[in-house]
Amino acid sequence: MPLARLIPCLDVAHGRVVKGVNFVGLRDVGDPVELAKFYSDGGADELVFLDITATPEDSATMTSVVAEVADVLEIPFTVGGGVRSVEDAIRIIESGADRVSLNSAALADPNLIGAIARRYGRQAVVVAIDAGDGVVHTHGGRVVTTTKTIPWAVEAASRGAGEILLTSISHDGKREGFDLALTAAVRDAVSVPVIASGGAGSAAHVAEALRIADAALIASIVHENPAGLPGLRREIQELGIQLRPMKELI
Amino acid sequence: MSDVVVVDYGAGNTRSVRAALTHLGVTSVVSSDPTMIADGELVILPGVGSARSAMDHLESTGADQALRDRFATGSPILGICLGMQLALDHSDEDGGVDGIGLLRGSVHLITEGRVPRLGWAIVEPWGDAYYFAHSYAATCPHSVATSEGVTVAVERGAFLGVQFHPEKSGSAGLAFLERCLSPV
Repeated sequence: MPLARLIPCLDVAHGRVVKGVNFVGLRDVGDPVELAKFYSDGGADELVFLDITATPEDSATMTSVVAEVADVLEIPFTVGGGVRSVEDAIRIIESGADRVSLNSAALADPNLIGAIARRYGRQAVVVAIDAGDGVVHTHGGRVVTTTKTIPWAVEAASRGAGEILLTSISHDGKREGFDLALTAAVRDAVSVPVIASGGAGSAAHVAEALRIADAALIASIVHENPAGLPGLRREIQELGIQLRPMKELI
Repeated sequence: MSDVVVVDYGAGNTRSVRAALTHLGVTSVVSSDPTMIADGELVILPGVGSARSAMDHLESTGADQALRDRFATGSPILGICLGMQLALDHSDEDGGVDGIGLLRGSVHLITEGRVPRLGWAIVEPWGDAYYFAHSYAATCPHSVATSEGVTVAVERGAFLGVQFHPEKSGSAGLAFLERCLSPV
């Protein structure tokens, strides 16, 4: 298996990074391009950008953000939120993103997964699942569906998802650790890689998630101290998780 | 004469490859024109998309023959990911597709571990970690590097192909590209 991955997630609204990024060393904490570069230099293995507004008028803004990020970033990145059609995926990927993440749109039209995978390969398609009480939630957790989490993960993978981004609604934002049982259940049910998300509060939390999942999504733990990312990596490695060696961080 | 020619076949991530070249101070053009492919100092065949649509596109523009002709003259070509796989004889992808055939070898679905094989992995004997994103892997007598038992670099004559994405592999990837550019 490839090495475990640490993936900071940036929420973007109207082309700006939102949600608590605190750092004095950045000229502009809201600039997705500058922050992306900072995280990349600090040891992110990959990045996720989530367009949390994703109104039609924002799509052009997001496309130009993606292009600017692609021009400065030498690590892969995924863009989610607002990908509702093959055309949206084409627009995002042709602008330089490596992968798109589908959430509510994939549930509404599961054919979308295969359509994008056929064009760009399945490694370009992430299906994000927000899970709670055994069922899938959509629209940022506001809508509770009757779709069961595990069968949906299996279906998404069989339709062409190259990775499952699994967020536990009950653990997200609490910073008390990941939902390890849910992560293990999804990992065991699918043969594609799984990104654990929701609940990272410490290096120990991330390390225990990475013993189960292929990657861990991190948000507030890194946004409240972006300069602490190299230290977080080191702590995770000291807990026995092998991350990619980075000569420039030693 | 033009610097570096990044071959366009409709779905490749030419933007990221060009951004990495720009970072290294190298100008590049994106083209599928046979004359450009013949004349470039270095030709890069990037990789994203499916084997069938990529080969269809290369054949429709004559880029496939231009790459064979270029290879025969000993001018350097770098294949990345799908670009490496397309240089071999055959791929199992999309029900079976004949490649450009610069090197003997074929491409098969990965059957071990999680597929797609996604993420950073150490390449031996080079020692650095690079970023991978692939469901198919090469079997090739011209293998020069492996990662977790998978052939990840092939070399024959003026062709060097890598399964990883140097343009997405941080400083290790940039250093790799710089080595590829050094004879240019």
